[in-house]
Amino acid sequence: MPGLNELLRKGDIASSHRPWPRAVVSVEAWHEAIAGLAGGQWLLLGLWGEPDRVHMALRDETDETVAVVTLDCPARRYPSVALHHPPALRLERAARDLFGLEPTGLPDLRGWLDQGNWGVRHPLAAAPDPAPIDKAYAFLPIEGDGLHQIPVGPVHAGIIEPGHFRFTANGETVVRLEERLGYVHKGIEGLMAGATLEAAAKLAARTSGDSTVAYGLAFALAVESALGVEASARAAWLRALMAEMERVANHLGDFGAICNDASFSLIQAHCAVLREKVLRTAQSAFGHRLMRDRIIPGGVTCDIDADGSAAIRTLIADIEALFPALVELYDNTASLQDRTVTTGTVKPHLARQYAPGGYVGRASGRAFDVRRNLAYAPYDKMRFDVPALDAGDVNARVWIRIREIEQSLALIAQLLDGMPQGALAIELPQDRGSCEGLSMVEGFRGDILVWLRLGAGSRIGRCHLRDPSWFQWPLLEAAIEDNIVADFPLCNKSFNCSYSGHDL
Amino acid sequence: MRKLLFQSLVQMSLTEPAPPADDAALKEVGQALANVARRRLGRSLSIREVDAGSCNGCELEIHALGNAYYDLERFGLRFVASPRHADVLLVTGPVTRNMRVALERTWNATPDPKWVVATGDCARDGGCFAGSYAVAGGVSAVVPVDLHIPGCPPPPLEILRGLLALLEAGAAAKI
Repeated sequence: MPGLNELLRKGDIASSHRPWPRAVVSVEAWHEAIAGLAGGQWLLLGLWGEPDRVHMALRDETDETVAVVTLDCPARRYPSVALHHPPALRLERAARDLFGLEPTGLPDLRGWLDQGNWGVRHPLAAAPDPAPIDKAYAFLPIEGDGLHQIPVGPVHAGIIEPGHFRFTANGETVVRLEERLGYVHKGIEGLMAGATLEAAAKLAARTSGDSTVAYGLAFALAVESALGVEASARAAWLRALMAEMERVANHLGDFGAICNDASFSLIQAHCAVLREKVLRTAQSAFGHRLMRDRIIPGGVTCDIDADGSAAIRTLIADIEALFPALVELYDNTASLQDRTVTTGTVKPHLARQYAPGGYVGRASGRAFDVRRNLAYAPYDKMRFDVPALDAGDVNARVWIRIREIEQSLALIAQLLDGMPQGALAIELPQDRGSCEGLSMVEGFRGDILVWLRLGAGSRIGRCHLRDPSWFQWPLLEAAIEDNIVADFPLCNKSFNCSYSGHDL
Repeated sequence: MRKLLFQSLVQMSLTEPAPPADDAALKEVGQALANVARRRLGRSLSIREVDAGSCNGCELEIHALGNAYYDLERFGLRFVASPRHADVLLVTGPVTRNMRVALERTWNATPDPKWVVATGDCARDGGCFAGSYAVAGGVSAVVPVDLHIPGCPPPPLEILRGLLALLEAGAAAKI
């Protein structure tokens, strides 16, 4: 098989697409791309639509090349990728709902984000259809003796986001889980179209609240790439500082919550205290507990002073003082290990096929981390390890988080020690004309991809945000198989997929 | 584990000796809340949280109410798993069109007397998501709202203050 670059050479390279290339390809080359995905040569990073074309982002692991291939489809039909490569399935269903792009051969013709409530069909198409789709949704059929179904959601029992889970169980054992999502679809990509950079950055930072820093960063990097500019070194380091604090806060929350779902609330109580300390430190250093809207295209809106640095150093010391005892407790509590070890295992071949990012991937032998593999500033100058394990179970996902907390604390210390001088934000060039940018950022959950095209007046022409959850949610369906129903909360929390980031 | 538990027993309570301003506010909120809640509901108020389309930022801060610093349950406030057990619906997010029916059903399943607290800027009027084809609007576009708590997201202390304001308003109107 030829490499990704050879595939691109068969198409027309878009002149203003940065930093990775994009090529408009023929149907034959599109089929070649599908074959490369199905054969495991390339990995799918994303698939998204426009009114009359479809884009697909690919990654070649062997030489770390990334590329976007585009197929023009004036008749709004294109050869389905999902037919041969299932990870594309939900992305194709979503693009079909939003743009009316028909993938020929699509194995599942049910709506995905569209549940028939929008009062319109294909809202982002050039000419939306005023007739909504049917509200009925046929869950996958089940056959066999002794099977029963358990419908859960969209409103769940805990303080979590809405989504529907349809369990089919034989006694206590889950034989199938089918997810139905789309409940929190807010139409972010529709709102983005025509928005100013300022308004669009706010929307990006509200795509998934727990990753507000990572989304703000991914959006800013995509805009800066499109415009061909770079934020100052100081801005890049401040961005990374906030991103690592966000990672620590979320991993602490998850570690506690997973233990809590195994009815071990002691670790949860201590983790919640540590998490609160992180958020309070963020408030004092950056003026917002979740550090929302602190990253803008061109730089950052807030600096850090001596007090802020001192507060963060105290925070690191606090966490380093208590955290090891919690890790030891987790490691030495047999009743807890009994729940997490060998529970909710992601099989290696599925991990290879779906290429999930974050702790889901790294707990299943995939040592991919954007900060390392496709490093952006300042991670190319940082010392850190990317922990990876092979077991693929809840326990492995817990350990990845534990190790990443340790790595992030060390990164925060490095960032504080070496913080360079520089402007907080640069002036962005006005009216560059049409230009396109692609960015990838490692959020706490995994790799976030943002693709955008800027038009006249630097307004957003089209912006697509792909949450890491797109490639993790389907694996949760597979991981829960043959586990007992009572272990679902544990498995679910160990994945901690985003509903809002996925539903957009 | 024994060492950890023992340390927790002998160390000072973490519960809110935080920064001075916040500390004073929480103390005030706590005492007033205890008085009013006792009068209205015999010290207990059950809350069902409903995410009607939020970005999950508000959920993070609502979760934080349970940590040792805020310790929500010391006020007799607690989160319950079913709307049938709830006095208050704490609703977040712009209400998406896909969540509209679920929110209506949750409201219908909550016994009277009940209050609805719309939490966060989006819950007031849809926030930055207003006007989308997929958004019905703020919470009041779907169910009657008794109180709005602003913020993006509102910090835990503001959510506590909001619940207090609701109780005071309820006490004045209904006792």
